[in-house]
Amino acid sequence: MSVKDYTTEYPKWDKSMKSTHKILIPDMLPWHFLIIERILRLEGYDVEILKNDSRAVIDEGLKHVHNDTCYPCLCVVGQYVDALKSGKYDLERTALMITQTGGGCRASNYMSLVRKAVKGEFPKVPVVSLNFSGLEKDSAFDMSLSLFLKLLYSIFYGDAVMWCYNQTKPYEVCAGAADEAREKAVNLVVDKFARGGYRKYEKITKSIIEIFAAVERNAEKKVKVGIVGEIYVKYSGLGNNNLEKFLLSENCEPVVPALIDFVLYCIINVVNDYEYYGHNKTTAFLYKIVYNYMHRMQKKIIKVFAENGAFMPVHDFEHLRACADKVLNQGVKMGEGWLIPAEMAALAETGVPNIVCAQPFGCLPNHIAGKGAIRTLKNLYPDENVVAVDYDPSATKVNQENRIKLMLATARENL
Amino acid sequence: MKLLGIDVGSTTVKAAVIDENNNLIYSSYVRHFAKVKETVLAELYVIKNKFGGEYSVSITGSAGLGLSQRSGINFVQEVQAAFIAIRKLYPSTDVAIELGGEDAKIIFVTGGTEQRMNGSCAGGTGAFIDQMATLLNVSVEEMDEIALSADKTYPIASRCGVFAKSDVQPLLNQGAKKSDIAASIFQAVVDQTVSGLAQGRRIKGKVLFLGGPLYFLKALRKAFVTTLNLTEDNAVFPDNAPCFMAIGAAYHSVAVQAESINDVIRKLESVKESNEIVTGKRLFESKEEYAEFVKRHRATDLKFRDIVTYSGDCYLGIDSGSTTTKLMLITPDCDILWSHYQPNNGQPLDIVVSKLKELYALGGGRIKIKGSAVTGYGEDLIKSAIKCDFGIVETVAHFKAALHFNPKVDFIIDIGGQDIKCFKIKNGTIDSIMLNEACSSGCGSFIQTFAKAMGMEINKFSEKGLYAEKPVELGSRCTVFMNSAVKQAQKEGASVDDISAGLSSSIVKNAIYKVIRAGSADELGDNIVVQGGTFLNDAVLRSFEMETGKQVIRPGIAGLMGAFGAALYAKENISGESTTADAADLENFSYASQSGLCRGCTSKCNINSIRFSDGRKFISGNKCERGAGLKPVSADYDIYDYKQRRLVECVHGAGANTAHIRGTVGLPMQLGMYEQLPLWAGFFETLGFKVELSEKSSRELYFKGQHTVASDTACYPAKLMHGHIESLLDKGVDFIFMPCESYNIDEHCSVNHYNCPVVAYYPELLKANNERLTDDKFIMPYIDLNAKKSTVKKLTAALSRFKIGKREVVKALDEGFARLELYQKDVKAKADEILWKAELEGKQVIVLAGRPYHLDGEINHGINKLLTSLNLAVLSEDSVFEKGEAVKVDVLNQWTYHARLYRAADFVSKRKNVNLVQLVSFGCGLDAITTDEVRAILERNGKLYTQIKIDEINNLGVVKIRLRSMLAAIEEAAKK
Repeated sequence: MSVKDYTTEYPKWDKSMKSTHKILIPDMLPWHFLIIERILRLEGYDVEILKNDSRAVIDEGLKHVHNDTCYPCLCVVGQYVDALKSGKYDLERTALMITQTGGGCRASNYMSLVRKAVKGEFPKVPVVSLNFSGLEKDSAFDMSLSLFLKLLYSIFYGDAVMWCYNQTKPYEVCAGAADEAREKAVNLVVDKFARGGYRKYEKITKSIIEIFAAVERNAEKKVKVGIVGEIYVKYSGLGNNNLEKFLLSENCEPVVPALIDFVLYCIINVVNDYEYYGHNKTTAFLYKIVYNYMHRMQKKIIKVFAENGAFMPVHDFEHLRACADKVLNQGVKMGEGWLIPAEMAALAETGVPNIVCAQPFGCLPNHIAGKGAIRTLKNLYPDENVVAVDYDPSATKVNQENRIKLMLATARENL
Repeated sequence: MKLLGIDVGSTTVKAAVIDENNNLIYSSYVRHFAKVKETVLAELYVIKNKFGGEYSVSITGSAGLGLSQRSGINFVQEVQAAFIAIRKLYPSTDVAIELGGEDAKIIFVTGGTEQRMNGSCAGGTGAFIDQMATLLNVSVEEMDEIALSADKTYPIASRCGVFAKSDVQPLLNQGAKKSDIAASIFQAVVDQTVSGLAQGRRIKGKVLFLGGPLYFLKALRKAFVTTLNLTEDNAVFPDNAPCFMAIGAAYHSVAVQAESINDVIRKLESVKESNEIVTGKRLFESKEEYAEFVKRHRATDLKFRDIVTYSGDCYLGIDSGSTTTKLMLITPDCDILWSHYQPNNGQPLDIVVSKLKELYALGGGRIKIKGSAVTGYGEDLIKSAIKCDFGIVETVAHFKAALHFNPKVDFIIDIGGQDIKCFKIKNGTIDSIMLNEACSSGCGSFIQTFAKAMGMEINKFSEKGLYAEKPVELGSRCTVFMNSAVKQAQKEGASVDDISAGLSSSIVKNAIYKVIRAGSADELGDNIVVQGGTFLNDAVLRSFEMETGKQVIRPGIAGLMGAFGAALYAKENISGESTTADAADLENFSYASQSGLCRGCTSKCNINSIRFSDGRKFISGNKCERGAGLKPVSADYDIYDYKQRRLVECVHGAGANTAHIRGTVGLPMQLGMYEQLPLWAGFFETLGFKVELSEKSSRELYFKGQHTVASDTACYPAKLMHGHIESLLDKGVDFIFMPCESYNIDEHCSVNHYNCPVVAYYPELLKANNERLTDDKFIMPYIDLNAKKSTVKKLTAALSRFKIGKREVVKALDEGFARLELYQKDVKAKADEILWKAELEGKQVIVLAGRPYHLDGEINHGINKLLTSLNLAVLSEDSVFEKGEAVKVDVLNQWTYHARLYRAADFVSKRKNVNLVQLVSFGCGLDAITTDEVRAILERNGKLYTQIKIDEINNLGVVKIRLRSMLAAIEEAAKK
């Protein structure tokens, strides 16, 4: 069969640009990018995490992507275009980087949409794909095994910092102490990457915990609120109207599940595809090895948390899988799929029944795995107190906060 | 110490005072007209003068949050406040329903406490009712009263006001009774509450009804009681319902430190405007600048001739719009002799007739109408009533008019009361047309409704925006969102002037970035003509020029361009005598209208029949010719019709292949089943099951399953699935079968072959939200049909209780695939036949491209029939895609159904007489991606792209305009 080519030209990324180009990265994962930004610099890349968050960002997004495209894509494109227009960057020597996971959700199209949005006005700005699945061969970020490992470890460390910080900040006696601890912990981690020894994760995690444990905390009992949902609006303050900060201001403790769980979720889905449908035996086998390796790390990290005792440990991914099985089938693998109800169940089981389920307006997988699963969860955990919040360029903060406050009122009553 | 609760809602302020003896000694309910702080203060002064003393105070309500934060007064979330009051005053309540200005809430008190509010995209609230009353041109009180005398209700979407409008407008235009429409509106609110809010949980037991609308509106109460089937004892309407939250807030204050009323007042008075609101540029810096602007636009005004002294020929144009009727009479030199503009109040025909009489009287026998044309929603009716020479599609009329003002025009944008229309002109023909989708119609009537809500005339309201110091940035999406954006701005203390200017700019942004979706202003072209009544508003016009950075032409008759274009059309195209009714004809003119159900087929259209005094009859509301008493256009040219019949034939009948019947399987006819029915029918019948299909889709079926819909922003096909499940459960099948399929069948022309997440996993949602779907009643295995071995294993396991061997499953699956293949082959053969016949007869062919489940008549609303009635042949994407080449596109081509769309577009590009219309379900996230790609493929090949968004709204009027415009453009292009 002949194939007709309707593709249009776009600027491509090649390795040589490493020495000439500045790479802009959208603020998708504020916690983890704190570390990753500095690691990539150590690797010789001139990267910058975009921090622009004015209304102009959203407006540019609205102008450059289809009205019905999901909000995260709009935020990402908005940040790029707003930055490129700011005059701060040499448009001949700037590239954009975006992560890609693939899969049946439309999010796997972000790459194409970013390209489409940008190439008209900025014809010399290539878009680089950061992915682990061999997508976008002609513009993929050069991923060596060593860099892959570094990124993987930094996700674990980013999780540990986020996890400890969230359990420290609401209770700090001295204002700002938790933030100082965060800076110290991040410096410690980056230092290990710079000087070697970054793979001693048990020791490093222990140090991170100790740094935060050293912060003086009061024993006040606060409402804990879990944040689950679509990956971008779950972590990005730009996407969720600074949800974590809002919860802190409401005198709550935000509980944001680890990013590594999403990575493990993506990996195990490939294994599941083999077990369900007999797909790609070899790949599945390799993925299973990677999975076992990472899960072993996670279990040891949990042990470190437990031994120290200062903070509640992160979830065990196998426990999350068991939780998912109670609610829906692990075959629901598009977008964040079964991970969302799994986290909601696991949170309820670990004393965090109050949850904000954050999703972009009209998010397809979320119809099923988010809003659609709440009833089952309520039946399993009568205390479960979930509010589903839609994020969208025009949904107003007051509207969202009012709904969250309703959830909090119930939470306080249950406390 | 007394307790004081203040509830600041989106439109009203409520206050309640409870004294030391636990008595409610004061309560009030006042509209605040956006002056939140002032209204609250006024209330406080009343309380101060009445009682004085010390109070524990709490504020509640959606607009109260900011006030509380800035004054330091305690805040309690409003649902929480209601909950407190319920437990104090009505402890035996099971469920409480509260409708407010812009919120709707439900509290399940017993059986697991749950408190819920409407999502951000949900109408069905007080504001929605207000908006509908405006549309009916009655006050809310009047609407309530007439609704009580209704005979019937029509289905109306209440998800958001914009949708409902599209349902109500055609009813009005067809002459349905206002009382029936009013009752339908209240019923819609009830349906919305039951489905949107309760989301699968049944409302039963003692129900408490709260909030202003439920207190004041008897018809709404009645609708709730009837729908929920409540006894008198179980439906509680408290006397203090309007200020119930305020009472709850007062009770909540028990724990709050008391302070003197003077201190409370002082705290509130000190609240300052925050700088949190984002503001835009001023529209005009000075009066001089405005004067200059006005002068520039005056320059394009047309010349007038006095009809009282004029004698000679003239041409009549009529634009019978959805909300207004416009008439214009011009001389052969295109001077204006006479014009008229008025809201049609649902009676366009009466207006046209009386105005024509007036016109003939003014002309006193000196004028002669040489030709006439009518355009707009009411085109058919008016044309038939007064025997106009031409009926033309709106877009053509507007283009004609714009050409008159600028022969080089390359872009026209028309913002009317209800709709936005834009067209790009290339080589002297309309190249592409954009109409607002149901969701982005923040159009002219929106400002009007707002002005009314602020207690102001529209002119005065928009004038206020001209010199606003800091216009508020309000975003640009649908009305519901805009309302809450305004609410937020008000909360932040923005003035009416700033809001007025902000709304004008929102409308403009909505048009440019939502409807046109322009990347930059340059895409609009250099010669822009703006028109439509909304542009007569100088604030809107100025906002448009500022946003585009261009000077545009706004004719002085901006609101009458449709009528003017129609008159021009008549002038250019008339040959021979005009048939237009003359003064004598009109003297004897009268008509009677009657509405009823069409019995031509199972669609049961609501039709309206008008009988004129000369015996002629005019029928509207019908979807096909049958309703009008005509012979239907042959279905021979319609693949949709063929597929609908052929698909169900795939079920051969009970026990066809075996004497022994194992049981009955129910197959729900929506989503994936529209593609795979032949497969599963063959599979189960071979195994010896009787196959039972769910009932045919209809609005009623949707309502039947509505209470289990968990996410009301999912697409209509998905939501309709809930009704199909109910239907099968009611039929008493042994089990329902619906597989989960991440992967669709690989057709080898895309990178991957996924289903969309909704098609893939909807069974999970159905099961989770319908308590009747137990494990043994609902079989939903995860399978990948491309992997036969695992599929057999999965199916054998899923059916284990019937003890079916693997070998039998393999055989049944083979039969299933054979039926599927045969079905697809037949469909393709039929498509070939239609193509060939059309070619032979010189017919135009439309590929109506969407998803397999768009075949459902309730989903496509009979658009295929509409197309055949326009003398077109209709094909579908799945019947032709194999004739197109496999394509590489800019996006990730990884969904089976989408890959078909791209290839169908490629096929269309190769044929002269074939065009494509894409059907898109509202809420389909994936089509946000495919539509742009399909458009790119077509436009690259010089083809026109037309998209139709479909939903539960059943309004073919708009669709017809679109299709006719497309045909006019194709025709024009062919002429050149």
